[in-house]
Amino acid sequence: MKKLLITLIALLPSLVSAAGGGYQHPLEEVKIDLHDKASLQRGAALFINYCLGCHQMQYQRYQRTAEDLGIPIDLAKDNLIFTDQKVGEQMTNAMPAADSAKWFGKQPPDLTLVARVRNPDWLYTYLKSFYVDTSKTFRVNNAVFPDVGMPHVLEPLQGTQVAEKVYETVNGEKTLSGIRLTQKEPGALTSEEYDQAVTDLVNFLEYTGEPSKLESHKIGTWVLVFLAIFFVFIYLLKKEYWRDVH
Amino acid sequence: MSNAPVDNGRRRFLTVATSVVGGVGAAGAVVPFIASWNPSAKAKAAGAPVEVNVSKLQPGQMLRVEWRGKPVWVVKRTQEMLDGLAAHEDKLRDAESENEQQPEYAKNRYRSIKPELFVAVGICTHLGCSPQYLADSFSAQVQGVPSGFFCPCHGSKFDMSGRVFQSVPAPLNLVIPPHQYLDENTILVGDDSGVA
Amino acid sequence: MWKNLLDWIEYRIPMMRVANMHAIQYPAPKNMNFWYVFGFIATVVLVNQIVTGIWLTMNYVPSAEGAFASVEYIMRDVDYGWVLRYMHSTGASAFFVVVYLHMFRGLLYGSYQKPRELLWLFGMFIYLALMAEAFMGYLLPWGQMSYWGAQVIISLFGAIPVIGDDLTLWIRGDYVISGATLNRFFALHVIALPLVIVVLVFLHIVALHEVGSNNPQGINVKHPKGSLKEEEKTKYKIHEYYTSKYDIIDDVVPFFPHIVLKDLVAFTIFCAACAYVIFFNPEMGGLFLEPPNFEPANPLKTPEHIAPVWYFTPFYAILRAVPDKLLGVVAMFGAIVMLALLPWLDRCKVRSVKYRSGFHKLNLTVFAIVFVLLGWLGLKPATPTFTLMSQICTALYFGFFGLLWLYSKNENTKPLPARITK
Repeated sequence: MKKLLITLIALLPSLVSAAGGGYQHPLEEVKIDLHDKASLQRGAALFINYCLGCHQMQYQRYQRTAEDLGIPIDLAKDNLIFTDQKVGEQMTNAMPAADSAKWFGKQPPDLTLVARVRNPDWLYTYLKSFYVDTSKTFRVNNAVFPDVGMPHVLEPLQGTQVAEKVYETVNGEKTLSGIRLTQKEPGALTSEEYDQAVTDLVNFLEYTGEPSKLESHKIGTWVLVFLAIFFVFIYLLKKEYWRDVH
Repeated sequence: MSNAPVDNGRRRFLTVATSVVGGVGAAGAVVPFIASWNPSAKAKAAGAPVEVNVSKLQPGQMLRVEWRGKPVWVVKRTQEMLDGLAAHEDKLRDAESENEQQPEYAKNRYRSIKPELFVAVGICTHLGCSPQYLADSFSAQVQGVPSGFFCPCHGSKFDMSGRVFQSVPAPLNLVIPPHQYLDENTILVGDDSGVA
Repeated sequence: MWKNLLDWIEYRIPMMRVANMHAIQYPAPKNMNFWYVFGFIATVVLVNQIVTGIWLTMNYVPSAEGAFASVEYIMRDVDYGWVLRYMHSTGASAFFVVVYLHMFRGLLYGSYQKPRELLWLFGMFIYLALMAEAFMGYLLPWGQMSYWGAQVIISLFGAIPVIGDDLTLWIRGDYVISGATLNRFFALHVIALPLVIVVLVFLHIVALHEVGSNNPQGINVKHPKGSLKEEEKTKYKIHEYYTSKYDIIDDVVPFFPHIVLKDLVAFTIFCAACAYVIFFNPEMGGLFLEPPNFEPANPLKTPEHIAPVWYFTPFYAILRAVPDKLLGVVAMFGAIVMLALLPWLDRCKVRSVKYRSGFHKLNLTVFAIVFVLLGWLGLKPATPTFTLMSQICTALYFGFFGLLWLYSKNENTKPLPARITK
């Protein structure tokens, strides 16, 4: 019985990798830093200019964003809010849900929490993996999100990419095993600049997913320090009372 | 059980010290529960200062805006209204605005920053009804005073500076909210920082 | 003055008598080890869940339209709302960690054996109520996992012959999970089940104090009246409720302060672990808060992979291991019933694993490993390999109880010492 268990446990890692199905584009790791306010500010600007037109952030307020990102309120009013909204309001757009559902097939999802639904690496790779595919409505496809229903809004920055699909034969079946992306036309940014821009944007999305994170690490450290101190006292007190037992 | 003598001093010190440290922890743990009762970001956004454009306000007219869920009046008083304010001061409870119903900068006869523009919270200081603005039929309430505010609920009367008349239920003058002029024609109600 | 006031109160309600009987003069075996702290911790976690829960309801909106947004409102707009929410969500998982360890302690030291059968049964009822409480609470954030998790679990009742379909319809109050389901789950989660749990915990403690605490050696500290010499009796002041019925041997300490201090030391470490999760890792890698739950419930779109929260996964794995809907549900509930039957399945007179046979030690070790393994398998997609593993583990899970029943009758145990040794 024990031997069987040991064998089973030894087998586990190989089983896990065998579990997934279909082609999964490898995700690139993104290095984001929630304390980098400049990066967060650039990311917020990118989001408002390129994403907010279709995707709302209906749980996140302009004012909170400005305060957390270190943007003075007056500056935020002039540079973040392009609608007639007040600074205390949530970052929404005026796109009617019924229309957007008609234009895109479904309503573009709210992005407040997207970094918690997906993860930063996924978002980073996704935003870098659009390629030209003339068979699609918006003439682009995505290596991470096949048959994606949105246009590549950052194309003016990134330029266009083309994909070369690699197939291999598994058990007599031809299956997709890789998508190689190469730059076709240049955009306004160099490849490095674009990577940085996407990093900033992902950083901002990570922030909006959990704005309390900035504060929670600080408070958490104090809580742990306090508990360590309390532990010393309670441990000594316990020792003191148990000294006469045994 | 061993017979080692109990060191009472040490035991007492540790008990007190642990209790104190534990008490600090308990106080800290209570903070989120108390703080969560503060107005939320949503309430604060809804209660944010309100900008009022008074450029189209004609003399004698009143504009109603909502600030923190309460009606705020902006009245452009005519010259006659302003001139009449001094005439009936013997009939008022608090003609000199001694009670703190207004910011320091509105503690004057006009109870306002600019004499002609009157800004007040339109809620009777008696039981919270909103009085009516009687621009030219107030003399039916107080003889010889042509305009003022009359509360239909319990009959309280206020003059054109929101000062309460004697022998009515309302005890105090109308509240003047903190406000400031952002420019010639724009009043910011609810925020006087940098001015007061 | 102070004493007069206390006397005045005591004359009218027995505050000091209860405090003495159940804490200050309650005899606890002095050898209670690390495994004995989880009852205390579970009680504190229960209090935490109730208090943070009350505070969450102050801003939570129990409706299909408002629930998801109100949780984000708590997370962002309410001052420290995120602390309250994470204390509640982390507390839920911590509750199960603590309860599983508490139950395993019972298995280790035979705490379910005579005369603690009812104590064990009350514990099992608490466990069941807790599972219902957690399941209903998980629907409230109205995320994708809330919705589809509830969908799957409620569908289990559809396996019951004849009435199954009508029953699921009745539970949901709609043809799908809807606002009606959310509202009734909310009512049960915040009022009904907490009341049930508090009452059960009270009964659990009353029963415990009647039969007395077990200990790692599984031997009695309460002896028949008149059987001990005066110098063998404990020197601590023990409440006459106990001393009038038994002679208490000199191997006990009072619950307060000795055991409480020990519990507090463990509790501080436990708090640090929870604080780490709350402040640095509230999702716990997707185990405590699952990523799809940050997307609002969508009845038209199932997430790619639905897994229940980690504390249900051992039973979920058993459910999936059986290739028949009805039998799967029977096996799943049977797995819990088996635990409840332990006092009667184990026919051995020796309690603690320390003095029991090598085979029992092995059986118990395998059971613990299998339980963890089933929990892990329940998180994984149902591929053929995983299903096979789940089937093997399910067999071993039930095998534990069958084997125990067989060998415990004439088990080769070691002799018990007369006194607690340490």
